Amino acid sequence: MTWALDHLGVIASLTWRHTLLAGIPLLLGLLVAIPLGWVAHRVPALAPVTIVGTGLLYTIPSLALFILMPLVLGTRILDPINVVVAMTVYTVALLVRTVVDGLRSVPADVDAAATAMGFGRFRRLWQVQLPLAIPVIAAGLRVAAVSNVSIVSIASLIGVAQLGSLLTDGYNRAIAGELLTGIVAALLLALVFDLVVVGTARLLTPWRSP
Amino acid sequence: MIRFEAVTKAYADASPAVDDLTLEAPTGAITVLVGPSGCGKTTTLRMVNRMIEPTSGRITIDGVDTASMDPARLRRGIGYVIQHGGLFPHQTVERNIATVPLLLGWDRAKALSRARELIELVGLPAALGRRYPAALSGGQQQRVGVARALAADPPVMLMDEPFSAVDPVVRDQLQEEFLRLQSHLGKTILFVTHDIDEAIKLGDQVAVLRVGGRLAQLAPPAQLLAHPADDFVAGFVGRDRGYRALGFVAATLPVRPERTVALGSTVGAGEGWVLVVDDGRPLGWLDTARHPGPVDRSSLALGGTLASAGGSLRAALDAALSSPSGRGVVVDDEGRVVGTATPSDVIAAIEAQRAESAAGGGAP
Amino acid sequence: MIASVWSWLTDPANWRGAGGISSRLGEHLGYSAVVILIAAAIAIPLGLWSGHSGRGRWLISAANAARAVPTIGLLFATSLWLGPHVTGDLAFTVPSILVLVLLAIPPILAGAYAGVEAVDPAVRDAARGMGLTGPQVLRKVEVPLALPLLVSGLRSAVLQVVATATIAAYVGLGGLGRYLIDGLASGRYAVMAGGAVLVSGLALVADLVMAALQRLAASPGLLPPGRRKRRSDRPDAGPDPPHGTTVDVPAGQDREGSRTHRR
Repeated sequence: MTWALDHLGVIASLTWRHTLLAGIPLLLGLLVAIPLGWVAHRVPALAPVTIVGTGLLYTIPSLALFILMPLVLGTRILDPINVVVAMTVYTVALLVRTVVDGLRSVPADVDAAATAMGFGRFRRLWQVQLPLAIPVIAAGLRVAAVSNVSIVSIASLIGVAQLGSLLTDGYNRAIAGELLTGIVAALLLALVFDLVVVGTARLLTPWRSP
Repeated sequence: MIRFEAVTKAYADASPAVDDLTLEAPTGAITVLVGPSGCGKTTTLRMVNRMIEPTSGRITIDGVDTASMDPARLRRGIGYVIQHGGLFPHQTVERNIATVPLLLGWDRAKALSRARELIELVGLPAALGRRYPAALSGGQQQRVGVARALAADPPVMLMDEPFSAVDPVVRDQLQEEFLRLQSHLGKTILFVTHDIDEAIKLGDQVAVLRVGGRLAQLAPPAQLLAHPADDFVAGFVGRDRGYRALGFVAATLPVRPERTVALGSTVGAGEGWVLVVDDGRPLGWLDTARHPGPVDRSSLALGGTLASAGGSLRAALDAALSSPSGRGVVVDDEGRVVGTATPSDVIAAIEAQRAESAAGGGAP
Repeated sequence: MIASVWSWLTDPANWRGAGGISSRLGEHLGYSAVVILIAAAIAIPLGLWSGHSGRGRWLISAANAARAVPTIGLLFATSLWLGPHVTGDLAFTVPSILVLVLLAIPPILAGAYAGVEAVDPAVRDAARGMGLTGPQVLRKVEVPLALPLLVSGLRSAVLQVVATATIAAYVGLGGLGRYLIDGLASGRYAVMAGGAVLVSGLALVADLVMAALQRLAASPGLLPPGRRKRRSDRPDAGPDPPHGTTVDVPAGQDREGSRTHRR
């Protein structure tokens, strides 16, 4: 507790970096997953390929992916871009399946009605399918958000600073207060991410609120 | 015989689901429990095999109190059929049907051969035995559900809306076959449905329950239609009950002789409607005013429904009303024309029947 | 850079000996197997029991919520506090194994619970109604039907354990993680990238093995019928064919979809 109070400035700046490293990939991942999921949904033959393909990426352990990024991107090992890209890969891997499930959850009669009224395929996606898929997509996004916050901590092992730095530093120098602060701060940040996703989904789907 | 003696099922903080029910389901007969949702009919059924325990009262099967028996053993001796069949998706149809025999410790080969016997009995192709339930249509799954309940030849069967998940055509077919089976097997059956037409079609006696689990009326279907106990029963039985009640009254009709002609014979324009037959069996009516000359299949008007000589007044009236000539065709067991009856003939028969039962006292 | 990683990976000298790739791979597999066995022995009975009885659902929620704890935080805290109490080599392995078991429990627990819980109530009802006892319902109906989801939980746990065992090298555990951590410490990129490739390969193979196992775990009745044409086919679609004819349009339940939304 005293450790945390003495280091509020550091904690704040690490929290902000953690938010960016976990949050930006979440948004980028969603932006990539929606069109991928949509294509997989429209062309059922592509669905298994897309889902299995992205699923394979998800099997790569995070530390290994961080380390392999420079090979792919030509970056230096300490570059935060490695973390952002790696986290985006994970987010896409989780969300493609979710987007497909979400689009499949749209009632067929509603979809047919929209087509019958003359919606084009993009307008139908934007005005009918995506809004109705929000609950399912949001559920997947919550999993991705919480898992992103947790995984980003690991990047402290390759020297990219964020809340995980409190964990490595606390461990290396055996400062229990710092280690505990890192765990609590990461948990709280995960909770905030979760609440933001839930809140946004609720705002976007007013027809579902009681 | 299944006997309910003052059975009540109450849940905490709610009005009772079943309230002081006393009822007998006689041996070898179908007793249907019918009523709107919330009337406790399923609860009543499930108390018999102790899937639900009564709060008070006693349920006996052939005089034995069910509460005195081990629930699992009790259930193995009672056939149980539910909506959607509840088949085990991970087991083949054969293996599903053999469930209770195997539980009872039958030899595996014997249980499976019994299963194959039952597949045939419920009218399924033998090849389905090796398939999994997911490969079957809804109606077929329901048949397997019935076969599975029959596997150990239990004297008592409980059926909870077994036919309500399939479309009307299939349901009708399943009901007919169920009645055919029951006429051979003579099980003591308690049958739950929310469909009054099904209740009237299948029940030897029908128990109408009202919301809150109280018995409104227990009667054979004909009596239920003719003499509903109160407004609730009358409302539940629904429209056309006068007409539908005729379905339970045997027709004793004075049949008029009818002139019949064969295909290829010649008719004159002034002969009105004539009945065209082939080897005594009705093909249809011919309007001689429009098609005089040689009788040709393509000029036949669609015939009405047929009434059989020993059939019900309802069938006779329908035959008379649906016939283009205004004369309903009555046929014998072989389907050969016996004669015809007009609507007024049928009405006269109904009135005669009424006078007779009024004199004799009591419903048919 | 790629060339140096390749030459490190293909140098036979790197594969031999106490710190060689072969023995590190063996260690990694060994830890993972032990951890999964312990976690499964705890989580499977608990999850099955919870799903069968409907009790202890808070366990599942708690286990799921615990997944938000950063794994390295848990790893560091445990070895910091537990390390001094254990002597010798065990000081490095015991805390790591403990944390890995803790991490493997939630997915297995959730899989076993969800598998049993997802069994169609009508099927369970029919089983009880025919006179199967509670344990018989669990053994003959619920467990076979839960198996695919149970194995899917095991599969998540395997991935989690293989990945986290890599990180545990930081607190002294052996295994392939050593190359990543030691390579980082000494600034030899070829070593850490080579280790990363090996660990990714191991994870991939482990996942494929588990995927195959998941397939095997499903009774043939649970797989979508081979000749099924459209996803929208339902068992209660369409009229009953007349007797004596065989059905040639098998109507199967969509098993994949049923995992996420069931009746």
